[in-house]
Amino acid sequence: MSEGPLLTVEDLHVAYRGRSGPVPALRGVSFIVGRERVGIVGESGSGKSTIGLTILRLLPQSASVSAKRLCLHDTDLMAASERAMRSIRGRRISMVLQDPKYSLNPVITVGRQIAESYKVHSGASTREARRKALEMLEAVRIRDPERVFDLYPHEVSGGMGQRVMIAMMLIPEPELLIADEPTSALDVTVQAQLLVLIDELIRRRRMGLILISHNINLVASFCDRVVVLYAGRIMESLKASELAAARHPYTQGLLACRPLIDRAQPELPQLTRDPSWLDAPDESRRGTGA
Amino acid sequence: MSVETSPKPVTWHDWLLAEAPQSRSQARLTRWYANWLALKRNPLAVSGVIIILALILMAVFASWIAGQSPYAQLLTARLEPPSMEHWFGTDELGRDIFARIIYGSRITLLIIFLVSIVVLPVGILIGTLAGYFGGVFDMFLMRITDIFLAFPRLVMALAFAAALGPGIENAVLAISITAWPPYARLARAETMTIRRSDFILATRMQGASALRIIWSHIVPLCLPSVIVRLTLDMAGIILIAAGLGFLGLGAQPPAPEWGLMVSSGRSYLLDQWWVATIPGIAIFVVSFGFNLLGDGLRDVFDPKGL
Amino acid sequence: MIEVHEATVAYGDGSGRIEAVRSVSFNAAAGEIFGLVGESGCGKSTLLRAVAGLAPLAKGHIVLAGREVGISRTRQERRLVQMVFQDPYGSLNPTHTVDKILSEPLAIQGLDAIDRRVIQALQEVGLGGQHRYRYPHQLSGGQRQRVAIARALITEPRILLLDEPTSALDLSVQAEILNLLKRIGRAHGLTMLMVSHDLAVIAHMCTRIAVMYQGEIVEMLEVQRLRRGEADHPYTRMLLDASLEKTRQGERDTEGTSSPSLTR
Repeated sequence: MSEGPLLTVEDLHVAYRGRSGPVPALRGVSFIVGRERVGIVGESGSGKSTIGLTILRLLPQSASVSAKRLCLHDTDLMAASERAMRSIRGRRISMVLQDPKYSLNPVITVGRQIAESYKVHSGASTREARRKALEMLEAVRIRDPERVFDLYPHEVSGGMGQRVMIAMMLIPEPELLIADEPTSALDVTVQAQLLVLIDELIRRRRMGLILISHNINLVASFCDRVVVLYAGRIMESLKASELAAARHPYTQGLLACRPLIDRAQPELPQLTRDPSWLDAPDESRRGTGA
Repeated sequence: MSVETSPKPVTWHDWLLAEAPQSRSQARLTRWYANWLALKRNPLAVSGVIIILALILMAVFASWIAGQSPYAQLLTARLEPPSMEHWFGTDELGRDIFARIIYGSRITLLIIFLVSIVVLPVGILIGTLAGYFGGVFDMFLMRITDIFLAFPRLVMALAFAAALGPGIENAVLAISITAWPPYARLARAETMTIRRSDFILATRMQGASALRIIWSHIVPLCLPSVIVRLTLDMAGIILIAAGLGFLGLGAQPPAPEWGLMVSSGRSYLLDQWWVATIPGIAIFVVSFGFNLLGDGLRDVFDPKGL
Repeated sequence: MIEVHEATVAYGDGSGRIEAVRSVSFNAAAGEIFGLVGESGCGKSTLLRAVAGLAPLAKGHIVLAGREVGISRTRQERRLVQMVFQDPYGSLNPTHTVDKILSEPLAIQGLDAIDRRVIQALQEVGLGGQHRYRYPHQLSGGQRQRVAIARALITEPRILLLDEPTSALDLSVQAEILNLLKRIGRAHGLTMLMVSHDLAVIAHMCTRIAVMYQGEIVEMLEVQRLRRGEADHPYTRMLLDASLEKTRQGERDTEGTSSPSLTR
């Protein structure tokens, strides 16, 4: 890590406004992301999607956010004005979501959307943006960029749609990419291809990656570090290579309850949730690989 | 796992919000209560509820509230302005306008009630049948709906009223005949979406008949949007009824129907404004109340909340 | 118990005709858990619906418990086979309480002792009486799926069809539901036909597996062979590789921050 961490999150608390009071989503989360791949794994209700939205300040107005630090390099994301955030979103931090069907504008061709993404952040001309967009389509290994440029989102397959999303999100050359379940809506073979692509692009551009997923296999096989989230708190943070030796019972439980192809088990071990985990002290301090 | 006995509820509020209802009726009441609490949070919706409640109370307790007969004429006290004795003044035949407004609420309520019980079942029936069975049957029903939809409401109502003769019942019939098509369309659209759900497939797999599926599954899911639509339409229905009354095709004199009152008071509009204006305000307030309620209900039934 | 002969399911006609399932044949013995695995669009869900009587066969026939069944079935035939769907949020009517959801099949089939059966069904799937009068939105995904399973079992079918029953659930909840399904299958001697895109789940649950690709079965094999990686067809091998890579890397990568070798 040459210039220090890319993203610093310290003691982040987020609560949504529910019908009968605040609903806590994150309760004191701290982690650091450098030019590496960090995976955040958690089940539904753990708050993992909230992290991505919070970093980009895309939460609803009614949500309450507080943190000791939330910085991209030296830029304080908490204090930045909305105008400053608009220049950060896309230009310095980008986010890829789960289903391209919902993230792409259905009435604009995919090529134009990518070109627009470029124009917004660089002020280039339409022709220049188109050229860049075609270049980007090639970079995401789409074989016929000219033809795909003029397709509408509903005319492309799921895997290709995600490639288009990645092209759109990486064209402004951000420093950090947040991927929230980018492959969950895809078939397993397409998933593999897409991950190889993301890997290559991240490496080449020396970007940081936050991969959010409920799939611990995916996160473990793809990321350098794994952060395990439960009920809005970090249970454990460790190197992906050391995952088998996880110490927290929740992580161990998650790993144990996976069905494995090459091993026959009459019954899958069940995860019993210990209520004491809800109040566990912040474990993120331990084992941060940055 | 043994059945957990919930602790004895302290208040009705607790019982209605019980996490684990103990019976079918408690469960249903829980849902209604939750909807009511959601509605209460919206102050505009609450205003709407208050207005409508006031309307109902007026109608029920008319004789106590009015204090005078709406039909008692006193030709020596014609066109008197609002005073302590006649809160809203008197009309051209010396009748107390306040009393006529109060008794008129009964007619308004009657019209609303009759139209609703015709329009809702007919619209839902046609809509769900068309949406569920599809094909030629759907096409046939929808073309009939289109025919009724093509006529402008007031004109259609006028034609029916003119053909059937004036009177409240015929006015109600005329309004109902023109009002049901949008509900059929709404019910059909909802049915077509719901039809593809997994729980419908599951119940088909169990061998449920089409009737059971429509009645037990689809209709309850269509009801919220249809009811919201009806409350929002209510204002329009009241206005058409008033319009018919105004044109002499609805309620007949000496009935204290508000539209009729506006009509007979219009020759005195400049000097004795209260004769026509006050019933007009009454129409406005009730329509507005229904609009507010309809808006509030729509927020309550919004799928986001479910 | 289940015999499928040359089943073909098609949509549309003329030039727009698509065969979602093409001449598929397989058998499942009584008490067996048979798996159908493949990626999206391979026709596995369509085939399941054909067995369920929800999709008509263009060609071929299906025999359940020795009786040939078509798209319109008698009440007894309907009682024979039930299905658990993928989406726990869509498979329960949001305006019905759990009690109503469970008593409806009993009412349709004309069975008695509704009260007793409902309580028993809830107990069997691990839900207590406090859930009985709740609405679906008051239950978690795992609990809804349990209700869906209870609904499927309450009329005592002999065949249970499972359409990706756990793909919408968290990992830990998936483990509970899979264990529950196995236990129930054993207890009632059910024949189960399970569809999934997740090879690990299929391998855990099923004794025999059919791999589908573009509407056809490309390979049928026993689970032991799958576990040993002895697949014949290249598509099966491709699926295996893609699934195993992720698990193996997650467990045995000892090279620090090396990239996963996902090249093929």
